[in-house]
Amino acid sequence: MGLTAIINARLCDPSAGALSEGTLLVEGERIAAIGAVDVPSGAEVIDARGMIVAPGIIDLGVFRTDKPAFHFAGITRAALMPDQSPVLDEPGLIQHAARAGKPDFWVHPLGAATRGLEGRELAEMALMKAAGARAIATGRSWIADSGVMLRVLRYASALDRVVITHGEDGGMTANAVATDGETASRLGLQSAPSCAEAIAIARDIALAREAGARLHVRLVTTAAGFALIRTAKAEGLKVTCGTSPSYLFLNDAAVSDFRTFARLSPPLRDERDRLATIEAVADGTVDVLCSGHDPRGPEDKRLPFADAAPGIAGAETLLPLALNLVREGKISETRMMALLAANPAAILGLDAGRLAVDAPADLILIDPDKPWIVDSAKMAAAAGNTPFDKLPVQGRARMIMKGGVIR
Amino acid sequence: MTSAPSPATGLIGRDNFPHRHLVGIANLAPHEIRFLLDEAEQWASLNRSGSRKHDGRLAGLTQMNAFFENSTRTLLSFEVAGKRLGADVVNMHAAQSSVKKGETLIDTAVTLNSMRADVMVIRHMSSGAVQLIADKVDCPVLNAGDGRHEHPTQALLDALTIRRRKGSFEGLIVTICGDILHSRVARSNMLCLTALGAQVRVCAPPTLMPPAVERYRVTPFHDFNEALDGADVVMMLRIQNERMDGAFIPSAREFHALYGLTPERLKRAKPDAIIMHPGPMNRGVEIVSSVADDPQRSAITEQVEMGVAVRMACLDVLTRSARGVPGWA
Repeated sequence: MGLTAIINARLCDPSAGALSEGTLLVEGERIAAIGAVDVPSGAEVIDARGMIVAPGIIDLGVFRTDKPAFHFAGITRAALMPDQSPVLDEPGLIQHAARAGKPDFWVHPLGAATRGLEGRELAEMALMKAAGARAIATGRSWIADSGVMLRVLRYASALDRVVITHGEDGGMTANAVATDGETASRLGLQSAPSCAEAIAIARDIALAREAGARLHVRLVTTAAGFALIRTAKAEGLKVTCGTSPSYLFLNDAAVSDFRTFARLSPPLRDERDRLATIEAVADGTVDVLCSGHDPRGPEDKRLPFADAAPGIAGAETLLPLALNLVREGKISETRMMALLAANPAAILGLDAGRLAVDAPADLILIDPDKPWIVDSAKMAAAAGNTPFDKLPVQGRARMIMKGGVIR
Repeated sequence: MTSAPSPATGLIGRDNFPHRHLVGIANLAPHEIRFLLDEAEQWASLNRSGSRKHDGRLAGLTQMNAFFENSTRTLLSFEVAGKRLGADVVNMHAAQSSVKKGETLIDTAVTLNSMRADVMVIRHMSSGAVQLIADKVDCPVLNAGDGRHEHPTQALLDALTIRRRKGSFEGLIVTICGDILHSRVARSNMLCLTALGAQVRVCAPPTLMPPAVERYRVTPFHDFNEALDGADVVMMLRIQNERMDGAFIPSAREFHALYGLTPERLKRAKPDAIIMHPGPMNRGVEIVSSVADDPQRSAITEQVEMGVAVRMACLDVLTRSARGVPGWA
């Protein structure tokens, strides 16, 4: 069995309070030792001076399996949204989707909560679980019928599967492509109030309490939404939430000039909500940072704003933008890796996202200071739809190890 | 037509209007708006001059009117404007185009561009669509209405009509009433009239008012009677039938009861207040016939007349660079 020693590294264990110096020894597919370890003779040695060794990123909620982008980004596992064509609502499709990335990275398909994601009939959650679905998701949309959502939560809970929901009230946001405010009004875009999020989250929390189920709100983007999540956590409910860097670094002014690359779902919010999102990441309300990776070519994006598909190619900017929060002193490196790896692993029930003896050797070396410029024309992703085009950033993954093998 | 400074602005040639396209009022400085209005005056005079209303300055130029959304009066107005200036005018209607066959907007724009249009007039049902085309073609593009976003020539013709009736905009109270939320006419007019110095009030039921409308520096009202108090100009907007089926307002008759312009209500406005409407009117809903047809106070037919003049001015100004007019290269 092969031995690899990563020496002179700063080790980023998400469960620790801070980085520690030391050596990490990989034996076969697993981490064999960590800390002040002697390098065994015959081990392949990787000198990681200046680098951070961290668990591979687990991206909770991508819309496309995009190997080059994930490799660039340091993503070793990605949870694939059920919003595929066809919708991932039956076991055969789950099995097929799960095979897509191996061995370089693992795809964890999320099973659709309802058939065709139409919000009416329960999908075959138990069979999808048996086929490898780590969680159940409502997809891009919210289940409007509260009775259906309650049954989804109860059924998934009995299967020990978390339900990942989209936090926007469907009635209020139907056909809306922006958040109510000056920008949307001036551009003449159909918009919805930001409270559409709090309404959806409040209902889903109430239903999760009723069902005793685990609920993960994939993207929370408003102060009112975070307040509800905080209260639910304080109550002891099994409620978690995520957000994405777009909501941390952009507000609704980014859609000025009808920039379809800034058309997101949920839509970008006002500055007050943007600051509340940073605060919620800093204070621990947010459990997961995810990219929502959704590469879209000109056929989906070079259209009038309301006709364009929502979503960004977010994988490559996930880590550098998360590092922005570290540099700004909002979070520590270890908290960052909890958001990017440990917490998503826990939510999905994966044995991953840890830097511990016997944990799988899914590792990345991060060069935290490496400067580069986001360039939509030169991205590794299947398409370059990023609202961060031409943004100078720092930090990127330098080496990816999945299952003990450098990829 | 010379490189002498404009008497009104003191600016020379292209400095008066340094834009390649006319996509919206939002991009225009007040003096640029006034320049277009000044330019339109000569065409208003020409259009009233008798039987031979013709000027050949756009001779040999091809003007393409691409209307992806149905229109009768605006299309006709642009067609008349182009023909009076001597342009070869061709019209493309969405109903008879390959748009229906699934061609993308960009592909359609590129196709029109390849036919070497010298100026394009575009109307589209999606906000931002005209900007998208303007970024993609080689000739000047005139926005004839995009979604709820802007309808700049409507705002210009309204401003010209008001200026000819009222002299200036300073201190003028203009009340715009109707479906503000879905209206590109309202958006362009709010921008245009506030830029020119008018005090603009907008009046609509809460369900038809855009969020953050006060950011346009206008005063919102829900009570039409209050909004009319002391108004110099009352501009009524058309309310689409599909908005009155309970989705935004309960019924046409309830809308009429609250927001219909009647002679009684009009008494609250200044005695010399003028009545405007971009057309087509729903008589008996937002406006009653006796008000719409009041020969003293209604400026509605004059709006249509000024529409041709303003569009002639825009077509002339936007093609000056291509025509090599001195000072506009």
